[in-house]
This record gives sequence, C-alpha cells and structure tokens, in this order.
Amino acid sequence: MTNSFADFMKAKMILVIGSNMTEAHPVAATFVKDAAIGGAELIVVDPRRTDLVDFAKMHVPLKVGSDVALINSVMNVLIEENLYDKTYVENCTVGFGELREKVLEYPPERAAEITGVSADTIRALARRLASVKPAMLMYTLGITEHICGVNNVMSCANLQMLLGNVGFECGGVNPLRGQNNVQGACDMGALPNVFPGYQRVDNADARAKFAKAWNVASLPDKPGMMMPTMMENLTKGKVKAFYVFGENLANTEPDIHHVEHCLQSAEFLVCQDIFPTETTRFAHVILPAAAWSENDGTFTSSERRVNRVRTASVAPGQAKPNWWIFKEIARRMGHAWTSSSAREIWDNEVSVLAPSMAGIKYRRLEGDGIQWPAPNEEHCGTPTLHRDGKFTCGLGVLKPIDWIPPAEVPDEEYPLVLSTGRRLYHYHTRTQTGRSPGINDLLGEETADISAADARKLGVADGEMVLVKSRRGKVKVRARVTHQVPEGLVWMAFHFREACANWLTNPVYDPITQTAEYKACAVRIDRLT
Amino acid sequence: MSQTFILNGKETPFTPGQMILDAARNGGVEIPTLCYLKGAAPTGACRICCVEVKGARSLMAACSTPVTAGMEVTTNSELVHRARKMNVEFLLASGRHNCLMCEANGQCKLQDLSYFYKITKLQFREKDEKDIYPTEDQNPFIVRDFSRCILCGRCVQACNEVMVNRAISQGYRGAESKIVTGGDSPYNESECVFCGQCVDVCPVGALTEKKAKGLGRPWETQKIRTTCPYCGVGCQQLLHVKDGKIVKVTAVEGAQPNQGRLCVKGRFAYDFIYSDERLNTPLIRQKNGEFREASWDEALDLVASKFKQIIASDGPDAIAGVSCARSINEDSYQMQKLFRAVIGTNNIDHCART
Repeated sequence: MTNSFADFMKAKMILVIGSNMTEAHPVAATFVKDAAIGGAELIVVDPRRTDLVDFAKMHVPLKVGSDVALINSVMNVLIEENLYDKTYVENCTVGFGELREKVLEYPPERAAEITGVSADTIRALARRLASVKPAMLMYTLGITEHICGVNNVMSCANLQMLLGNVGFECGGVNPLRGQNNVQGACDMGALPNVFPGYQRVDNADARAKFAKAWNVASLPDKPGMMMPTMMENLTKGKVKAFYVFGENLANTEPDIHHVEHCLQSAEFLVCQDIFPTETTRFAHVILPAAAWSENDGTFTSSERRVNRVRTASVAPGQAKPNWWIFKEIARRMGHAWTSSSAREIWDNEVSVLAPSMAGIKYRRLEGDGIQWPAPNEEHCGTPTLHRDGKFTCGLGVLKPIDWIPPAEVPDEEYPLVLSTGRRLYHYHTRTQTGRSPGINDLLGEETADISAADARKLGVADGEMVLVKSRRGKVKVRARVTHQVPEGLVWMAFHFREACANWLTNPVYDPITQTAEYKACAVRIDRLT
Repeated sequence: MSQTFILNGKETPFTPGQMILDAARNGGVEIPTLCYLKGAAPTGACRICCVEVKGARSLMAACSTPVTAGMEVTTNSELVHRARKMNVEFLLASGRHNCLMCEANGQCKLQDLSYFYKITKLQFREKDEKDIYPTEDQNPFIVRDFSRCILCGRCVQACNEVMVNRAISQGYRGAESKIVTGGDSPYNESECVFCGQCVDVCPVGALTEKKAKGLGRPWETQKIRTTCPYCGVGCQQLLHVKDGKIVKVTAVEGAQPNQGRLCVKGRFAYDFIYSDERLNTPLIRQKNGEFREASWDEALDLVASKFKQIIASDGPDAIAGVSCARSINEDSYQMQKLFRAVIGTNNIDHCART
C-alpha cells in the first residue's frame, strides 16, 4: 500500500475495486464503514453486490474481467471533461500524451458494451471521483487475479495519478494483501528476481554486496523461475527437486488435476509445514515446523509495517523453527551461518543488507512497529509513499493500456462465468481455520453462489446439490441462491477440498507476474437428478 | 487562548465541544464509567459518571454533558458518591451478579465499583429468576448470560458504531429490555459475524468467550503482544497465556493498525496450534509409499545429500522452492539465502501475487 490503514477512517472519498473487504480483510473494512457512516463517499466497483455496497453511494457492477475498459473510460471522461489534475499530471508524471491517445479509444458508449455498465454510470463515476480530493483507491485480488492483472494494477495507478491522488494522506493506490506476511516474503527476496529489499539479482553490484555478506564467491545472475514455471518444469524434468515451505499447492493452484500431476512428477519433494496437507501426500521428506505462536520474529503487513511476532507457546514434539531448518540444511551443504535467532537474522543481516529497512531493529519494534522505508535508526517510518507526488523513481509513469477479455469466456457449452475468492470464516485451504474448533460450525461446506435468475433458469432450488463443471473438472456442491451474485456468474471459494473451486479454475497466467486467472473461467451447472 | 471551567474547585482548561468526562480526564480527574465507549456517541445510560454541575437541577452524566466556559463541576462530593453507589446497588439487583461463578471475575467494572463503594449486601430485591432471559450460547464462541447484563449498551455501540456489523440492538421495553439480534434469534442464526467485539467491550460478565471458560482468571494469565497470523492487515493481539498455553486472544487497545479491533479469525481461530494433527517429527517416505518417522539428522542429511546430488548431476537450477507467505520474515530470508548462496539458483518464489 502506498498509504496506511490509519487513513481509511479519515478518507473523504474511497474507491474500492475488486475487494470483498468485509470478508477478506474484516478489520480494515470496519474503518471504511466508519468513514462511510461518517459522511465519506464510498464507491464499490465489483461484479458482486458485496456487503460493503450497503454503505456505498455508488455500486458499479462491472462484468468480470472488464476493469481496464472501465478505468480507461473513466479516464476518457476525466480528460474529455477536463476533470483531471493538470498541474499534478504536468509536474509529477510522464506519458500523458500516450495515455490520452489510448483512453480516447474508450468512450463510455464503447466501454458500456464491454463492462455492462451504462455510459451514464461511467460518466457519473468519473465526475464523482473528480469531485473530492484526495480519493483513496483500494483493491485486492479482483484486480490481480486475471491474465491482465498487471494491466489492471497499472490502470488503477493511471487513474490515481490522473486525479492527482498519489502521494497524499487518504489517497494513493492500496492493495490489501491477502496473507499476513505476503508483503514480508516479497520484502525478504523470496522472489526469483530480487534479493531482500528489492535489489535485483541481475545487478552486479547487488550480487557483489550479497556475495560478500553471505561469504560466497558468486551468486546466480539469471532471474529464476516463478512458481507456475517451476511446477510445469517438474513434469518436464527440468526441475528435479522441489522444496515447498508452508504452502498447500494441491488446493490453492488452479486446475488441481494438473497441479497434482506436477507434484507427482517431482523426483524429490520436500515439504516443510505444521500440518499434513493435500500437498504433503506427494512429499519424499516432510519437515515439521514451529507455528505462529511458537516463534519470535516479524511479519510485514500490507501497509509496510514491520510488526513483532512473539513466542507464547511451545512447538509440539520435535517441530523446529523454520529458520533453524534452513540453517541446518545450509550447514550440511558446507555453509556455516552465524545468526542463531530471528532477531539476529533481522538485526545483523536483513536490516544491514536492505537499505529501505536499515533503520528497523528489534529494539525499535516493541510498540506499533515501523513502516518501511526507514533508512536509518532515527527515521520513524513512512506512512505515505511518493510524498506530494514526488515518486521514488522520479516521475510517475502513465501507461497506455488496452483491455483484453479473460482467457476463457462463456459459450454454449459452458455458459456461466466462475469467479472465486475467500469467505469470512475460513482462511485458504482450512489447514488452520479448519482445525480451530468452532469455525467449521459457522461455515461447514462450500457453496456455489448463484443469482435467483440463474436458479430459475436452471430449475435449481436454494440448498440443492448441483454439479459445477468446467473444462478442467467438476465438483458436487450445494447451490446458494443470493442477491450478491449477478445473473451469469457463479461464485465459489477454495476452502474445502471436495468442492474446491480450483478443480475448475483455469491455469492461465498474467505474462509478467504469472498470477493465475482465478477470477474468470467458464463453467456450467447441471442438476443432479 | 484556551477556555477554562472549574473542576473540583480548580480552574481547568477544556476545548469547546469536549464532554466533562474528557475534560476532567485531561485535568487529571478520573470519573468512573460503565457504558461509555470511546469513539462511539455517548449515551449517558448508566449514570455512573454522574457529577454535580452548579446550577443544574440534577446530577449530570459527565460522558454526555459538554463543558461550557466557567462551568463549576464537582466530581467527588458526597452527593455524587451517594448517587453512584445507589446506581451500583440498582445494577447489582438487576440480575445475578455472583462473582465466584462469573467468567469476568477480576475484569468487571461492576465488581470494581461495588468494591470501591464497599458494598457488602444487596440494598434492593434482586430481579426474579423468572424475569431473567435464559442464557444463549448456541454458537461456538460467545456466551450471552442475560442474568449479568446491565443493559449499558456498549455491545450495541461496538457492533453498530465501531465494527458496523449491525447485528444487535436494544430490544423490548422497560423491565423487559434485552440486547437482541434481528428477530431476537440466537447469535448463530442472526447477522452476527462473530468478530467478538461485543465481548471485548462488555464491562461485566454478560458476554464472555466460550472457549476461554474456566481456563484462567485475568490475574493468572500473562499477556503477550503479537501480530495476527491471518490476513495482511497486521492486527495487534494480546495472547492471554496460562501455564504456557494460549487461553484467549484480545486486541491491543489503541495500537496501530487495528485500534482495538479484531475479526472472527483473529479472535477465535488461534487454537489450530494445539491440534492433534500437528506434524511433530520429520517423516521420510518409504519404498511402499508410506511415511516413517525419522530423526532430524537423518531427514536433513537426506535433503542435503539429495540436493548436492542433483546439483552435481543437473545443476543448481534443477532445484526450485516456494517460501511461505504466512511465516515470519526471517524464515523467508533464510530460505532465499539457502537457495541463492548455498544451492546457487534464483528459483525461489512464493504466492506473492495471489
């Protein structure tokens, strides 16, 4: 997030796009609701009528996968009607000419055909957005989980820069991250192209610096594979050994049949986890790890805040801290690492090697944590990035972007769109929530959420078991008829193995990030009788 | 120039719009409260914060009376204390406030006030058993004991004004008053989303956590601050630990980013760590496909030797790994270091973009 959660309650105008916050980030949503009942304008752009819509001045129910067309068209109106921030665009950005040319191809009438949102609504949305400054944009996986995820994100950034909203409190582009430490795992360099602190592996100076710190002669200079490529390469024999730490890929990745084939193909699969999962079934070695409350350490939240995690209970049996396991493997491969606690790893390595985190030390994390960048120990952290429109990279880049449809769209055989996500009570594949007594009582099974109109067409009653089929697979699941879902859409989560949406989802990926298109594939629903 | 009022005879500054309660607090005078909930509109329901205001016809509720310049406020007169004590006595008779059997014993504002006012016996007749609504605890997490409810309304405010889940409200009238869900149904059949904020703000033992029942009194538990393991908001929690075991989770008051709030997962889904299904020993797959237990030495030696063998035969890029977006930073750091510096490949990723 460019901004902070503390901004949510103070914001005057909030645009939520592709985020079912009340279920996926419930506490963040309370601050948005507080702002809305306090008078802030809330706009919700989502195919579904999510709970947040109850608090919104405007709900824009766009068709799944039409985000770029909608945002381009909004920018078209902003430019055509002279509603954008000219001073900001001139002083703080580059690329306006190219952007302008592109969005002029998206007049509201054309976008209406793509998005299913009327031209008048698109105009009203643009005018409303331009009426209050700054406006805060929040998004989640509704934006990223498309083959055009990167383009969707850049469209959000384009819009916010055109409105002059980036670099101010209560403004910015704010992805709410799904996992407690997905921000941190990125920051730590668990990515194929960067070292900790986003220092590129193809930069010789960065490599020299890390090689020295890690006491090795050299480091690999070629960016590695992203996860989907790794899995694919398991079947081709290009990847022989696969080390899966704390992920249940057999349920979380699209097209489970294919994923399991990949896992099955591994010559040597190491799983390191706290529970046996659908993925550990394929392992050759399973290493038992200490869990959340059995470790000292840090998580980094969506707002770039490094927070302490503290030990409160003992790990069962022989389970060990993950950092210890990695250190032991390194030792057995001839590398003696000195740090022997999470604190030593952070204070003596991470904060020394990552300039944006240089000022963050454990002794400074007793209270509310620190938001990076915090370049020195006197720095109190950065609640808002790109302050006053002064971008970290210099000028903000406006990028012309074209809309493309999802890889798989409905047809005669598979006439419905399946979109997927998370529900309130469970978390991912239920390895944790499914084992926390009580949670299963509140949500004990998956449902296929459909509109009343489709239920009528299909002759399916609320609560009836149905078969949802895609080109990849089929699941038997209970239909849930709800006003949240528009006609033509089926909505499911991936919490329960038997009726996991990922038996159906399409393994197609954004070409840059290899994020899968979990939000759109084509399915059909058949009655069982 | 700041304006002033007279607080217990002393000139005290206040900011226009401030209630007596806040202004007095700033002036170093604590006024007891029961129903007052910071951040919500004051209701003045419990009258425990009553104070004398010169010229007023009756005692005033400090939480909901704005200060005016020159106002003379007395918070500690005999009249004030007599009124507060009587209010406490009324509340004590409003249900069954038997502390021995109450989960809130030791963190109950009514208990504190009774103690402060040295109340040793009931002055008024207790409400009849038949007039008390039965306890509702059909749901897995929250016990609603109406015999202990003082109708202060903090739970209603937390639900409607703080979390804005709009699941409960004041229901019925007069002696029949009750905090209700829509249609007065049990929590698990209502709009309730089990954030548990109502339990958090309940000043007495009317709303308590089912899971924590009997596991530790507040003075027996150590409170350890940590960060929630679920979504990316990073809510700050207090783990209540007794004998090395987490018995309850609450939010850290006033901490960023959650400012004392939690959701159902953060508050109630902590105990997966105690599941019998935890992996507790290294396992190695045998030829027949079954797993057998192994020592750490054996398992780690196997991993290291297999990696070395693959590096020798197919090169370091034939090894790939995914890190965990749920575990601590230091774990991800170590894993990418293992891959880059030891194995010699950048084939390290995690579910960064999903």
